[in-house]
Amino acid sequence: MSSSEATLTDRAAVHDQGAKPSGQPSKRILVGYGFWVFLLSDIIMFSAIFAAYAVLSGATAGGPSGAQLFHLNVAAIETACLLLSSFTCGLAAIAAGVRSQQWTQLGLLVTGLLGAAFVALEVREFAAMIAHGAGPQRSAFLSAFFALVGCHGIHVSAGLLWLGTMMAQLYAKGFRADIMRRLLCFNLFWHALDIIWVGVLTVVYLLGAGQ
Amino acid sequence: MSEASQHAQLSDAAPGDEEEYDVAANVRSYVVGLALATLLTVASFWVLHTKLIWAPGIGVALAVLAVAQMGVHLVFFLHITTGPDNTNNVLALAFGILIVSLVVIGSLWIMANLNHHHMPMNEMMNQLVPLLPGQQRRS
Amino acid sequence: MGKLTWSAIPFDQPIPMTASAVMLLGIAAVLVWVVLKGHLPYLWREWITSVDHKRIGVMYCMLAAVMLVRGFIDALMMRSQLALSTGGAAGYLPPEHYDQIFSAHGTIMIFFVAMPFMIGLMNFVAPLQLGIRDVAFPTLNSVSLWLTASGVLLVNVSLIIGEFARTGWLAYPPLSELQFSPGVGVDYYLWALQISGVGTLLSGINLATTILKMHAPGMSYTRMPIFCWTALASNLLIVAAFPILTATFAMLLLDRYLGFHFFTNELGGNPMMYINLIWAWGHPEVYILVLPAFGVFSEVISTFSGKPLFGYRSMVAATMAICLLSFLVWLHHFFTMGAGADVNGFFGIMTMIIAVPTGVKIFNWLFTLYGGRVRFTVPLLWSLAFMLTFVIGGMTGVLMAVPPADFVLHNSVFLVAHFHNVVIGGVLFGAFAGYTYWFPKAFGFTLDERWGKAAFWCWVIGFYVAFMPLYGLGLLGMTRRMQHSVEPSWTPLLHLAAVGALIILAGIVCQAVQLVVSIRTRQRRWDVTGDPWDGRTLEWATPSPPPSFNFSVMPNVTGEEAYWGTKQRAIKEQRLADEPQYVPIEMPLNSPTGFVTAFFTTVTGFALIWHIWWQVAFGLLGAFATFVVFAWRDRVEHEITAEQLAKIDRERRRVRTEALANRVPPA
Repeated sequence: MSSSEATLTDRAAVHDQGAKPSGQPSKRILVGYGFWVFLLSDIIMFSAIFAAYAVLSGATAGGPSGAQLFHLNVAAIETACLLLSSFTCGLAAIAAGVRSQQWTQLGLLVTGLLGAAFVALEVREFAAMIAHGAGPQRSAFLSAFFALVGCHGIHVSAGLLWLGTMMAQLYAKGFRADIMRRLLCFNLFWHALDIIWVGVLTVVYLLGAGQ
Repeated sequence: MSEASQHAQLSDAAPGDEEEYDVAANVRSYVVGLALATLLTVASFWVLHTKLIWAPGIGVALAVLAVAQMGVHLVFFLHITTGPDNTNNVLALAFGILIVSLVVIGSLWIMANLNHHHMPMNEMMNQLVPLLPGQQRRS
Repeated sequence: MGKLTWSAIPFDQPIPMTASAVMLLGIAAVLVWVVLKGHLPYLWREWITSVDHKRIGVMYCMLAAVMLVRGFIDALMMRSQLALSTGGAAGYLPPEHYDQIFSAHGTIMIFFVAMPFMIGLMNFVAPLQLGIRDVAFPTLNSVSLWLTASGVLLVNVSLIIGEFARTGWLAYPPLSELQFSPGVGVDYYLWALQISGVGTLLSGINLATTILKMHAPGMSYTRMPIFCWTALASNLLIVAAFPILTATFAMLLLDRYLGFHFFTNELGGNPMMYINLIWAWGHPEVYILVLPAFGVFSEVISTFSGKPLFGYRSMVAATMAICLLSFLVWLHHFFTMGAGADVNGFFGIMTMIIAVPTGVKIFNWLFTLYGGRVRFTVPLLWSLAFMLTFVIGGMTGVLMAVPPADFVLHNSVFLVAHFHNVVIGGVLFGAFAGYTYWFPKAFGFTLDERWGKAAFWCWVIGFYVAFMPLYGLGLLGMTRRMQHSVEPSWTPLLHLAAVGALIILAGIVCQAVQLVVSIRTRQRRWDVTGDPWDGRTLEWATPSPPPSFNFSVMPNVTGEEAYWGTKQRAIKEQRLADEPQYVPIEMPLNSPTGFVTAFFTTVTGFALIWHIWWQVAFGLLGAFATFVVFAWRDRVEHEITAEQLAKIDRERRRVRTEALANRVPPA
């Protein structure tokens, strides 16, 4: 490597953690903060859909309501999958912190499998509802349900795609500084999705089924 | 800006990050977080069926449990603390929470008010529909 | 090919065909000239793939300027149609066409003129004023720009292939639902804005992170230039508000594409929910537009009064107050839609309160001018016109903030006059002031003053002649969006408004001429030192145009008005500070990621509009592939050696030392 070509080596990674001599925050801090701001914007987007759901939750147009449709045991299993995946994601981050390729990949793999299980359960739930005539076209309430829960599911699915790409990158390039930054972003994203799911579970399933 | 606060700005932490790498402490953090989150989730499901809480209060109870669980996630999984290196992160979070509250509460207030004052949709459609070309009358 | 057939091209309509032909010829002419002159490699290397905030800022402003012409032509068509349709005549634009024109006019002016202009100015100026080398995420910056361009392209394609929305610039349901707008017009609108909306959101995140986290050493928050504070507030609002727009448009798209019932009339849908959410975005949006303009005026007034800005801290407080309050007023856009007195009253009072911090700003600007040595340059003229015009517009706004008054005036042309009053008087005049003020920094020579003043007077006089009659017409009962005039008493005012539009046209022509003349005679107005206005903030410390890395050594900031302090010390000691130690730096590499991503989003957007599903899949796959290729890069930066830095900086120091020696003290 010639000195005039700056590639992202461990040398840069060492500098990455703290503040640079120019007084600027490190890339890791900038990327982390920027991604945090992005996540907050994403949460605001969810809140708009949440608001729509709250307003439309009674508009069943003579069709089925939440109490008739929601299976709380399925919701419980989905919650368990996502919560556990958040946990394993954290463990994977710790493994990355100590630079263990095997444990990191294992943690990420388990995270992905649990996430995939979550998505599969949700797809099954949606398919069953549609088959029973309770699809999103049936009423405004169902439109809002499918949109809110579906939007979260799409985020999880996109996260799985990202996860797969990250695992490939980690394998191919190792614990390079920029890949570590992306891993940090992925962690933030995955935990945030679990936080949003707490909201979805409470507002949609628990409050809906309880009516 | 004082030297001290400048130093704090320089040693800001990225959200989700920890300053020193202490594996045991980190694992502990995640395990405790998982345990608390599980507890709160189970409690939420239990609240629905128990007779211990007055029925109209169930919504409030669920909301409290949900907020608590979000807090558990923020603290134990995302490592958001109240330390000076986290100030920017906490401020951003507070801003986000504020906007979410304004949008949700504002929308609910407005829409409830509008629904309260509006003619019911069937009545309105019955008045309007005959004016539209080629429409069938709705019940 | 989905719904797309040859009949999508409006062969039977002369006006869109002519417009399309002119547009295509213009684009073709530019492309041919570029390729034949051999500029394409340069353009690709230095501009299209650039991640430099200065280049990106310039491209945003160029995009805005071009779209200003298209949006203004729409305005001319509307004014002429109304003027010609008085006395029972039919005019020349059928209603189906007129509806598309006013929808396109509003959409283009807000999303593709005002937004890109402000974002462009913030992009160019903020990192320079903060004393840093670039924004936090340079490649993301390029992506944002090209996503905006993607939206622009889609809207312009709607002119040739298909149609545009007929629903007004906000596309209220149920009119915008599939039942009442079965064509592709609303889809063009929705996808163009979703795509560019993502770009804007990313830009907001980028600039907010930059301003909050990256400052030159010694520049604390209270030493930041006021433009950076208003830029921060604007970008925080972007981050907070644009997600609401994305969500609301997504819900409307679900209704249109998958038969959902969010906003339909049947099966429980609630169209008012759309109006509520879209204005929860829409009100912060206008503050997103006007806050950077306020920042421009603060800089311009301060510089051309030769005084520091009066009441810096109250300005910052007022800015952040406006930022917060902008989320508490949105119902005033639909007072008449059936809410009760309590809700209307709350939002009415909040709307009146939000006028107060703006009033604080006006007074601070006046006090800045008072006692200063005022130089009546073109940017300052724009600022003076702004103060008068915006206050009038603001007052009519406060008038309509009273719900009972609004019940009379809502959706009349009084409202149209009000928002043009504040947007033109505030945002557009601010854009023009910023354009003139920072043009020498971007290009190395100042604009011609005489043509600038001509443009100024035409615009200001034209604005008043075009829009003051609309206040009268509104009070006479004329509704907005009317395709023809129905009242004889409106005729004189409509004719006057049309004349005003022609005067504004003269203003725009003057601006075009100014640009051409300025380029042709630029040797007379080189900005040799980089500080043509005797500025006070750090961007004036750099050469014009600045090198890619902005500052050879990042400046050390020791007080408010970072640059003014060092300049005064240099004048007093009759020499520059000692030569600094140059250390090599790393700058990000240019990248085609932005351009390629936008290519795929345009392909995807077009395919979604016309229901060409295989193309949608192709576009999405391409976008994902672009992301992976970008993520797989090994080389992301290039080094600039100490010798290169020293060479550029020594030239700058030589020029400045010479200027210092030849300096004539102000009278």
